[in-house]
Amino acid sequence: MSLACAALLCVVMIGVALGPANIPLDATLRVLVSRLTGADLDSNVPATWQTIVWDVRLPRVLLAGLAGGTLAMSGATYQGVFRNPLAEPYLIGVATGAALGATIVIVSGVDVSLGGVSALPLAAFAGALVSVVTVYGVARVGNSVPTTTLILAGVALSSLATAVTSYLMLKDTSNTLSVFSVVLGSFNTATWAKVAWVLPYALPASVVILAHGRVLNVLSLDEEQARALGVDVERTKLILLGAASLASAAAVSVSGTIGFVGLIVPHAVRMIWGSDNRALLPMSIFLGAAFLIGADVVARMADRPSEIPVGIITAFCGVPFFLYLLRRARGAY
Amino acid sequence: MAKALPVAQRPSPEHTPLLEVRGLTVAYIRHGRSRIALRGVSLNVSPGEVLGLVGPNGSGKTTLIRAVTGAVKPLSGSVRLLGDDVASLSQRERALRAAVVPQEPVLPDTFTALEIVIMGRAPHLRLLQNEGVGDLEKARHSMLATATWEVADRPAGELSGGERQRVVVARALAQEAPLLLLDEPTAHLDLGHQAAVLDLMRGLCRDDGRGVLAVVHDLTLAARYCDRLVLLSAGELAAAGRPKDVLRTDLLSEVYGAAVEVFPHPRTGLPVVAPAATDG
Repeated sequence: MSLACAALLCVVMIGVALGPANIPLDATLRVLVSRLTGADLDSNVPATWQTIVWDVRLPRVLLAGLAGGTLAMSGATYQGVFRNPLAEPYLIGVATGAALGATIVIVSGVDVSLGGVSALPLAAFAGALVSVVTVYGVARVGNSVPTTTLILAGVALSSLATAVTSYLMLKDTSNTLSVFSVVLGSFNTATWAKVAWVLPYALPASVVILAHGRVLNVLSLDEEQARALGVDVERTKLILLGAASLASAAAVSVSGTIGFVGLIVPHAVRMIWGSDNRALLPMSIFLGAAFLIGADVVARMADRPSEIPVGIITAFCGVPFFLYLLRRARGAY
Repeated sequence: MAKALPVAQRPSPEHTPLLEVRGLTVAYIRHGRSRIALRGVSLNVSPGEVLGLVGPNGSGKTTLIRAVTGAVKPLSGSVRLLGDDVASLSQRERALRAAVVPQEPVLPDTFTALEIVIMGRAPHLRLLQNEGVGDLEKARHSMLATATWEVADRPAGELSGGERQRVVVARALAQEAPLLLLDEPTAHLDLGHQAAVLDLMRGLCRDDGRGVLAVVHDLTLAARYCDRLVLLSAGELAAAGRPKDVLRTDLLSEVYGAAVEVFPHPRTGLPVVAPAATDG
């Protein structure tokens, strides 16, 4: 746990320190420490640097961390509930469904704030729920969700949602988001406001999921065994799928669809710390955050001065891993 | 203050059946057509008793177990666990009264044997409560009893069929429910482990006053380890009683549709069932 915390902190520092603008490390640290503690150490740092560190890089890093943590946690949750190691927000169509929900609201131009809290994640949540319910309904065979039907249903639904999203974005030229940043995922429009969008949804969803760690272990058995061990299976599934979809939707509404984080991270954690969800879920949050912050740094730095959408980086890491798991899985978990 | 009743009249828990099944009828609906799986079956399991459920494939044995756990709803009739209708109990209350060893339990490959056994403590824990030292001790105890403690740290995916089955038996023991429901608990076990598991469940009945309802395929084993047998045939109760009254050549041959021979064990006198010898 402390190892994961340290790793996360390191990555956060790297993420804030690196960027196209070449700001010395000590200036970066001065800005951070001054803003956090109220001490006056940054008076000799140029105002543009201060803005870049505090209002551009830090929210971007935090947003990437939030999205990575929630996507990884959601992935681990879907894997437990579906009893399928390949369940992942992107692969089962939740992320693309959420992106479609958010896009519809963005292009329709309606005001989406509810008493200061953005309702955009709720629109994404609606899209995510339609996806998860459809995919689960189509892919379910008896009491289990076989890999083949799950992935096929997810891919089919994803294609449809992405097609509609792309169409809506291309048709509507007035909004600032590009098709690419929604379909491929990107943090290049990160602001403190967006961090504030995500938190009211991601935090409660995470608390609910983390509270169910032990129950999710029992649910990883088949449903009949879970029932015989006293778990109210239908209700628990509803709670967990709802929370995982809300968390993913909140992430997607600020980052676009970023695939494979929810696949790579929980698997890596399982290899190191085992399958107990009470360790798996919090570790996935930490490492998911660190992974996506790292991927975003690569996205910013690899092809300067232009940027690569971060979804391309995660796909680059995730697809070979996915294919390896698919080859190995044969339904094993 | 009322005068104490004589011992014989005192309502003692031993006289409340752990399980009381009355006129149970269950139907499955598949492709729009319903098929009766059980018709009007009644039986009791009392504390300290091993009741064996026997009958050919498809005679409704597993359905009966599933009706007791509440996994299938009866069309008519009732199932009572310690006096209360199963339908009126929450999933957790059912799990506190009856533990199940299913026929072919699927175990998640990456969980260790101990992690799976300790899940038996789930009905005793609140949502945010973790297993304590006592729970671990109970898990260890039931793993020692089923000879699975030595594989406690192995992932389920690396266990043999017999080890997996004993892990699930250990989980059911750790659950500490007064009624144990076993659906062919010995199907994947070799001779030694069959005897060990069945001896263990006999011991639990004798020492802790638990009750066992066990689907047993091997009729000779059923005769050896069960106090009473219930013979199901095509969803109906064909016979019930002591093993030597149920395991009769004519009855078995008719119900199983195959010639069998029943003869007394040379030492114990208990029935031994074998396919009839065909002498050319």
